[in-house]
Amino acid sequence: MILETYRALLATADDFEGWRDAARGLAEAGVPPSAVSWQVMGQGTDLFGWLPDAPLAPPGPSFAVPRPFIDLAKAAICHSNPERFGLLYGLLLKLRDDRLAMEDRANPLVERLHQMAKEVRRDAHKMHAFVRFREVKDEEGVRFVAWFEPDHHIVRREAGFFVRRFSNMRWSILTPEQSIHWDGTRLTEGPGARRADAPDGDPVEETWKTYYASIFNPARVKVKAMTKEMPKKYWRNMPETALIGDLLAGAQAREAAMIERSEAMPRRSSNIAASWEALKAEAARCTRCKLYKCATQTVFGEGSLDPTILFVGEQPGDQEDLAGHPFVGPAGQLFDAALQEAGIDRSTTYVTNAVKHFKFVQRGKRRVHSKPDAGEIEACRWWIEQERGLIKPPLTVALGATAARSLIGKIVTISKVRDEPLTLADGSECWITVHPSFLLRLPDEEARLSERARFVDDLKRVRKRATQLIR
Amino acid sequence: MTSLDTRQKLAILADAAKYDASCASSGTVKRDSRGGNGVGSTESMGICHAYAPDGRCISLLKILLTNSCIFDCHYCINRKSSNVRRARFTTDEVVQVTLAFYKRNYIEGLFLSSGIIRSSNYTMEQLVEVARSLREDHDFRGYIHLKTIPDADPGLVRLAGLHADRVSINVELPTQDGLTRLAPEKDSGRIEGAMRDMKGAIEDGCDARRKYRSAPKFAPAGQSTQMIVGADAANDRDIVRRASHLYDRFSLRRVYYSAFSPIPSPSAVLPLKRPPLMREHRLYQSDWLMRFYGFKPSEVASATDDLGMLPLDIDPKLAWALKFRESFPVDVNRAPRELLLRVPGFGTKAVNRIISSRRWRKLGLDDISRLTLSVAKVRPFIITTDWRPTLLTDCADLRSLVAPKAEQLDLFAS
Repeated sequence: MILETYRALLATADDFEGWRDAARGLAEAGVPPSAVSWQVMGQGTDLFGWLPDAPLAPPGPSFAVPRPFIDLAKAAICHSNPERFGLLYGLLLKLRDDRLAMEDRANPLVERLHQMAKEVRRDAHKMHAFVRFREVKDEEGVRFVAWFEPDHHIVRREAGFFVRRFSNMRWSILTPEQSIHWDGTRLTEGPGARRADAPDGDPVEETWKTYYASIFNPARVKVKAMTKEMPKKYWRNMPETALIGDLLAGAQAREAAMIERSEAMPRRSSNIAASWEALKAEAARCTRCKLYKCATQTVFGEGSLDPTILFVGEQPGDQEDLAGHPFVGPAGQLFDAALQEAGIDRSTTYVTNAVKHFKFVQRGKRRVHSKPDAGEIEACRWWIEQERGLIKPPLTVALGATAARSLIGKIVTISKVRDEPLTLADGSECWITVHPSFLLRLPDEEARLSERARFVDDLKRVRKRATQLIR
Repeated sequence: MTSLDTRQKLAILADAAKYDASCASSGTVKRDSRGGNGVGSTESMGICHAYAPDGRCISLLKILLTNSCIFDCHYCINRKSSNVRRARFTTDEVVQVTLAFYKRNYIEGLFLSSGIIRSSNYTMEQLVEVARSLREDHDFRGYIHLKTIPDADPGLVRLAGLHADRVSINVELPTQDGLTRLAPEKDSGRIEGAMRDMKGAIEDGCDARRKYRSAPKFAPAGQSTQMIVGADAANDRDIVRRASHLYDRFSLRRVYYSAFSPIPSPSAVLPLKRPPLMREHRLYQSDWLMRFYGFKPSEVASATDDLGMLPLDIDPKLAWALKFRESFPVDVNRAPRELLLRVPGFGTKAVNRIISSRRWRKLGLDDISRLTLSVAKVRPFIITTDWRPTLLTDCADLRSLVAPKAEQLDLFAS
């Protein structure tokens, strides 16, 4: 048996009322979705003109559908996909059997229609956003005209938005499918237009472009985030997008120049002492890692703020923790003596630690030094960077592996890197030598003497290099 | 209007305003231009009229009235000691530019801020005058966001709320120590005081509206604030706590996070290196977890690592799930909404759909794949009729299975 097929003719591509009336009649007559050919008047050749028209619904109240379906259908009917009428009719039949079928979002048909409605709403939202009016003067005064190319049949649906927003302006929105005009009191529809029918410029556009270029922050480029929300298909009707290429090309150069300029700034800033005090005060309440809980206080760096050399040690020890000053314990005394031998005046240097709180394990009454772990070094690195950024020493010396790790961010073997300077991220020189406490811990007297001599040699070399750099 | 002069000023004053992250035009009352004689409408959703190559939306005309300032905050490009070019709009110039842009559908409205000139009160008066002129002289019904000056007279700040949809005061930095060091003239006590006053004024406005329908609307889109991330020593845990404190105490609509970005001619106190932009993104995600996913601040904080930082390679919800495996797997056919919201990969919409659909059928993996974006991501954390992740949820290298593949580093990221 051949199933009888009907033709349902709609007035326009977004004709919700027409669709509703036809669907109601078809549903009452029990016609399955596959037996309906949906057509829009004036679109395509009328291949199926010989088919019988959809039966009219009997007068009187028909079956009811839930409100969410009406909202869904009103949006999905504007989709450009020709299957939309049939899919909606299919869902309508389903709802007739089961009024709550819409709630089953895992049903492929429901999900597909929701997807269509979502695409229509997005297109509408982009129309609200990306329509660009241009001012023209005609015999009646000022008029604003825009050219826009939507993906779906949304112009009639969205006219209300522009009426509400610009009800006291005269305006027209031209699209390939239809145009709409507002004269201040009445909305009229016209046929589709061509791009050439719209004005091609506006005096305020240059001001707008200036704004667009200025509000862009070259230090943060996120092209993907931009094109996700503003796909390229919209660009040709938005004047400001002409700038994007140049802005991106210039961005990297602008940021690099910015950093270069700030690095080239006079090294000594007038507020350096105040800033250092504030930094120290901030560090005193540091809780970036857990060490603050057991230590007495933060032991911040100290010394000249215009030093020849910046020394970075490991962490404060028992005595430093109590005194609140770096390098005052046994290792500090050895360090002072070695500095003197090498001919370095400690008051011309700045001395600090890679980790600024004392880490220890309690053994009876004694607090025994314990090596900071990678996390603690990493947490405290922020302070070293602040100190070095503020002081900008010509030369930095890492005392021991912890300091080296903090400064260059990886583990090094001191004996391998001892003789050559490394370059830090900011371009300054960094030398690495042993920590004075290493010398204290050597059990063998002879080894201790020779290592100490080697340490002093390192310091002498550093002093010489520092004098060269300053000169 | 199109004179070169206005354009030059616009270039300077928009450039100076771009470090403010907020550009939202949402959350205000519905109104439109019908029955009036100006332009403008606001509907529930904000509209982004363009996107800049920095990925930020351009919804409002975001400018300063002037970039001259008597303050010397180190992170600010407009601070007194900075040698940027200064400019100053007259109030009428701002009004004219706003209207000209609005009529061409470039913007949703105006976001006006200013450097502080002469005195806090004088500056505030000027800001309020722009809003007043737009509203009263031109019957402008679009969106207005005014930045208020913490030390200005409370009467003036209230006036701002009468004309503006949203008002904001920036807390600037997450810690008082950071503020002392980087913005010596500002004080978190005074800033919070101003926010408290504003909260009071907004509540008074709501009360009055309840009693008398004719009472004027007062800042219907509420108040928001912004803090700079990465310029002081605060870690993510501190920032999350601070944000939740602000939400609770001042009923803020939004807290914005702005990754500190290097500015031309910075002060010597500032770090030169900026924090990764991803950090800002992760903070926004954690903000979302607290506002829409029922996470408590302490729970978000527990997703941070030993240093108190949120992981950069995975989102905070996934980080939390990996840390608290005992909460998983969750049975999508039986679990309550609160637990479904905890599954990494389920958004609020997906959860709504699941709850609505499961009244109709037992959900299998196929159904879940239709309801969410990526079923692969959620699989280790859920149970469906045809799927149970037996060992997967407890497997030691789960992180490597669900974390996004490492991408090539962005040239512009730090």
